[in-house]
Amino acid sequence: MFEKIWDAHVVHREEGKPSLLYVDLHLVHEVTSAQAFEGLRLAGRSVRRPDLTIATVDHNVPTTDRGLPIRDEMSRKQIEALKSNCEEFGIQLYGMESDRQGIVHVIGPELGYTRPGLVIVCGDSHTSTHGAFGAFAMPVGTSQVEHVLATQCLVQAKLKTMEVLVEGALPAGVTAKDIILGIIGRIGVDGAVGHVIEFAGEAIRALSMEGRMTVCNMSIEAGARVGMIAPDETTFEYVRGRPYAPKDEDWDAAVEAWRGLRTDPGAAFDKSVVIDAAELEPYVTWGTNPGMVVPVTGRVPDPASFSSPADRAAAEQALVYMDLKPGTLIQDIRPDRVFIGSCTNARIEDLRAAAEIVRGRKTHEDVRAMVVPGSTRVKLQAEQEGLDKIFSEAGFEWREAGCSMCLGMNPDILAPGERCASTSNRNFEGRQGKGGRTHLVSPQMAAAAAIAGRFVDIREWEVA
Amino acid sequence: MEPFKKTTGIVAPLDRLNVDTDSIVPARFLKRIEMEGWGETLFFDWRFLPDGRPNPEFVLNTPGYKDASILVVGRNFGSGSSREHAVWALKQYGFRAIIAPSLADIFHKNCFENGFVPVFLPEERIRELMRKAKEGPGCVLTVDLERCEVWDEEGFRSTFVVHHDPETHEFRRLTLLNGLDEIALTLQQGEKIGDFESKRPGWLTRAGSEK
Ligand code: SF4
Repeated sequence: MFEKIWDAHVVHREEGKPSLLYVDLHLVHEVTSAQAFEGLRLAGRSVRRPDLTIATVDHNVPTTDRGLPIRDEMSRKQIEALKSNCEEFGIQLYGMESDRQGIVHVIGPELGYTRPGLVIVCGDSHTSTHGAFGAFAMPVGTSQVEHVLATQCLVQAKLKTMEVLVEGALPAGVTAKDIILGIIGRIGVDGAVGHVIEFAGEAIRALSMEGRMTVCNMSIEAGARVGMIAPDETTFEYVRGRPYAPKDEDWDAAVEAWRGLRTDPGAAFDKSVVIDAAELEPYVTWGTNPGMVVPVTGRVPDPASFSSPADRAAAEQALVYMDLKPGTLIQDIRPDRVFIGSCTNARIEDLRAAAEIVRGRKTHEDVRAMVVPGSTRVKLQAEQEGLDKIFSEAGFEWREAGCSMCLGMNPDILAPGERCASTSNRNFEGRQGKGGRTHLVSPQMAAAAAIAGRFVDIREWEVA
Repeated sequence: MEPFKKTTGIVAPLDRLNVDTDSIVPARFLKRIEMEGWGETLFFDWRFLPDGRPNPEFVLNTPGYKDASILVVGRNFGSGSSREHAVWALKQYGFRAIIAPSLADIFHKNCFENGFVPVFLPEERIRELMRKAKEGPGCVLTVDLERCEVWDEEGFRSTFVVHHDPETHEFRRLTLLNGLDEIALTLQQGEKIGDFESKRPGWLTRAGSEK
């Protein structure tokens, strides 16, 4: 699949040089674009295809009342800069007031911009999310953002390929998030560096598009810039009828082309990993990268159990930062905060699953919990379904859409020392706020932790 | 982009694995829209204590390492977020090159975009260098991109690559040496890009417009 899309997008190739690939869709957000637009201006260049470029504000927007001016001066300036850049260069912007605003990796798919077979780039490492549709979606830095704006092309040497087969059916209570955490735990945070991952196998096929996006989203946490899943009927059903999806005869032509993208049986990969879905469990991270993960039934590991001195040192540093003792039962860990949000797990299906756990209960008195929908559309949909009531009645804060506490840029942050059960994708030191401690989990596990005041095995949870 | 041929400078050791870009430049600084001023944000939460004083335990706060221009690090440095601010911060702080057994992919590419030289050495040479650099700020190394060699006055010498793939290594080495502007190079292919665009199927070009 990767080769087919790659070959169809090569604009120019020269011996001994990386290829020039055509970009079908360029997603832009406020944090990694300002300096790129500035670069264009300094060089007197224009945007080649503003019609293939869309922008939104997500990383740095407040998730409280949008009617008020943004209090933080620098945040306001950054958001205004994107607005004036989009006006100057003629780019469609879904701004703070738009009902299509949201996390860039949530709105691309939900508006029908993200489709199979496309080459998509974005100045954000979770661009791999769009690979769930069988697109080649690649994160880039600000210089490449500028390059794509100016040329609509990406300079890229061909990547190696890695197949991750998740065979068999997923056990009850084990989610897409647990699949990807399980994979990262197994291959490590640099296990797929230099590779494109293609996720396949029965457990992947059985996932909804939301679940597939969760899996592809965290490819970068295994070191891969790109994760992909071959498109099938589930994909087509999701795309059909979305605002920017092909219509009428175009739809039929598109689906025919998309069916041809599937990886041919017996295709060769540079690396292969097979995972038995039956062995996967709900996971909780204990350390300061997503590879430091154990099943919810497990314990915080002893650094002495790591064979290499470097890994041992890393585990020791992580335990100090996380304030955890080796041997502690995961289910004895008590979070102060719960965050349900991010481009990994804040789509409608994630909110429904979490609401199911929360319904008719109250958050634990020691826990402050919040839900930040992935997009304004997700928020409105959830409100229509009454999910906001379920969360609010349980004591969760119900917020406006954005990245929020996933990266701690806006006022939603952890205080130093606070411990958080989070549905996001990174548990790095300080990721959710300086000194904050993050445990990554699925939405269901996060919801249950908010109520119990400690991590619980979701497989034993009784829905009220 | 400024060309890079050779640099000689003090080596600072950062002996950690998987250092992520959130640690290199914490997110709260990313609100800045300027191109300059990133050096101050480098490793901010490691360099400074909560009360704002420099953290005496952090290597760059040890007298002598302050003026280091070469950083030697552990495996998979630059993982996580794509923020190019991480490379800007290292460069603007005063580093010219980074020596590593491996780098995370996006960070690695961002190095090339900024004329910041990644020096890949085998793990055992890194360990040797790490040991030397940790002994004190006296480890002075030369990175020579024309010859693809690093050496010091005490007999340490090794060849290096800027990328593990030989073709990419050679291509990137030349662009770094010449400080080429990648956008200008691509714009020379303008006609080919136009040809490519004109051959796209109709259903594909019509999608993406709302009807
Ligand atoms: S939700 Fe988090 S990971 Fe996703 S784009 Fe926003 S900051 Fe990045």
